[in-house]
Amino acid sequence: MSNVALKGAKRNKIANRQVISEVLLDLAKENKDILVLTSDSRGSASLANFGKELPDQIVEVGIAEQNLVGVAAGLAASGKKPFVASPACFLSMRSIEQIKVDVAYSNTNVKLIGISGGISYGALGMSHHSLQDLAVTRAIPGLDVMMPADRHEAKKMIEALVEYNRPVYLRIGRNPVEDSYVSEDYEFQIGKAVTMMPGNDITIIAAGETVRLALDSAIALKMECINCRVLNMHTIKPLDNEAILKAARETGKIITIEEHSVYGGLGSAVAEVVSQNHPVPVKILGLPDEPAVAGKTAEVFEYYGLSVKNVKDIAMQMVGK
Amino acid sequence: MMNNIEFLKQKATEIRMELLKMIYEAGTGHTGGSLSNTDILTVLYYHIMKVDPNNPKWEDRDRYVQSKGHAVESYWAILADKGFFPKEELKTFSQFNTRLIGHPNNKVPGVEMNTGALGHGLPISVGMALAAKKDGKPYRVYTLMGDGEQAEGSVWEGAMAAAHYKLDNLIAIIDRNGLQITGSTEDVMSLEPFGEKWRAFGWEVIEVDGNNIEQLVHVLEGTPKVVGKPTLIIANTVKGKGISFAENVAKWHHHVPSKEEYELAMKELSKQLEVLQ
Ligand SMILES: Cc1ncc(C[n+]2csc(CCOP(=O)(O)OP(=O)(O)O)c2C)c(N)n1
Ligand SMILES: [Mg+2]
Repeated sequence: MSNVALKGAKRNKIANRQVISEVLLDLAKENKDILVLTSDSRGSASLANFGKELPDQIVEVGIAEQNLVGVAAGLAASGKKPFVASPACFLSMRSIEQIKVDVAYSNTNVKLIGISGGISYGALGMSHHSLQDLAVTRAIPGLDVMMPADRHEAKKMIEALVEYNRPVYLRIGRNPVEDSYVSEDYEFQIGKAVTMMPGNDITIIAAGETVRLALDSAIALKMECINCRVLNMHTIKPLDNEAILKAARETGKIITIEEHSVYGGLGSAVAEVVSQNHPVPVKILGLPDEPAVAGKTAEVFEYYGLSVKNVKDIAMQMVGK
Repeated sequence: MMNNIEFLKQKATEIRMELLKMIYEAGTGHTGGSLSNTDILTVLYYHIMKVDPNNPKWEDRDRYVQSKGHAVESYWAILADKGFFPKEELKTFSQFNTRLIGHPNNKVPGVEMNTGALGHGLPISVGMALAAKKDGKPYRVYTLMGDGEQAEGSVWEGAMAAAHYKLDNLIAIIDRNGLQITGSTEDVMSLEPFGEKWRAFGWEVIEVDGNNIEQLVHVLEGTPKVVGKPTLIIANTVKGKGISFAENVAKWHHHVPSKEEYELAMKELSKQLEVLQ
């Protein structure tokens, strides 16, 4: 694909939250029904400026994540388009019953943006890590789950979500992310994976900020003459089964990479499809089933083998080189 | 000989210096909230609570649950100074693979519970106080909450239960610094009339200047005041207390001082210490 940021391409490093807040502001200026809801989280969500420019379109509930989602559901049931922004760790845990019942079950058009996801808050401990959010949200019928890879995808995703009348949980990280795309010039469709690199020796499937790691690993594998397909699974639910099965058939081996527990997230989703339709080896990379060690995101990634070197080694082993 | 009040005042200032150093060196931390609750924690740990650093799991110890877990730096500094773990270890605060993370962590001796998600401390403390009643144990349970934290529904669920079970062995303290991350608590989600709410929930409510050591000693020595009622202490504090340019400034919630700010702040705190010595 021509607009994937491979070697040589100029890459920016911008946090997804930054882009999302800018896009939301632009869209909300045009559409008074778009409301942003925060729980003392506007700073972390980069929404302070939104609050200044459109004070009537931001609803602050204070540190009350259950109320946050309940209020959003009520607003949506009354014709508004609420975008909720709160740390993923609290939004996906404290408010999970409101998400399940008031949003998904009642089918209210609420967009839930889990910010500072994964181990963005590395040194703050397990209370602030969200490594189970994909597992819980994915298991709720009626709720879609998405993760943008970079600022270009985040923009396209938010634009698509404004027109999309279903409940969605969208998760982003806190830190700046290196671009995976060089521009917004590509087709983005909810539920359709993007093939970032072609290849028939093995497939790496990633979502969100780990797409960049998948690309860098595939580039490293190319040096070893291994052609690795890279799938960007920006929509974890509904999952693009077709793309996964095609990869299973054509490449015979799959590695998944996610900033999430190895239980119940992207890897599990992929394995569910593969094992029941076209069994091939699947290696699931993510965070193990333990409270993650404290540290900066990069240190913790390195510690748990979420590194180009480790992904490359595993891929080489799987293809028998 | 230095009297007890003088000792506590000096100690609080030393703790402020220590916590500022930790935050500055780690490049991360919750400066404002740690400074606002330093005096409360100092009085609890050096004067009120029965704890034994050599036997942190002593059955009859008083319990402390820090519900506003983010303001952990004053807590770590005090636990180290009391001897629960070596002071040297403070250097590892927020570093890779440390146990001194940015929230209370019960891998560290002296810490009862892992906190960090707001709104958990009071229900946990209700459980501990209820257990003490059932076991006929004399220990008290202290918990410290933030004022922004009061928007969490679970706080009020715990409040109701504490009164229902007549937990006069439970003392909840609210660090009423008037600020949360976004700004003033009254702008974000208004709390007032705050004391009345707690009274209506069946608590004995006492207000105190939460940065005044004498007042804190006096009030805490006098609790519980009413048999069969839990006690709520509204500790009116200044967020960022002790550093003139951080006081009452919202961004200092998690602002890390620059080199200049750090040096200036340390100078101010050293002066305060000199006056006390
Ligand atoms: C459930 C939950 N929601 C949000 C947060 C993020 N958070 C950490 S500190 C804070 C503000 C706390 O304000 P306050 O309770 O007034 O504490 P203080 O002013 O004493 O620092 C917030 C929103 C959290 N830790 N837990
Ligand atoms: Mg406060």
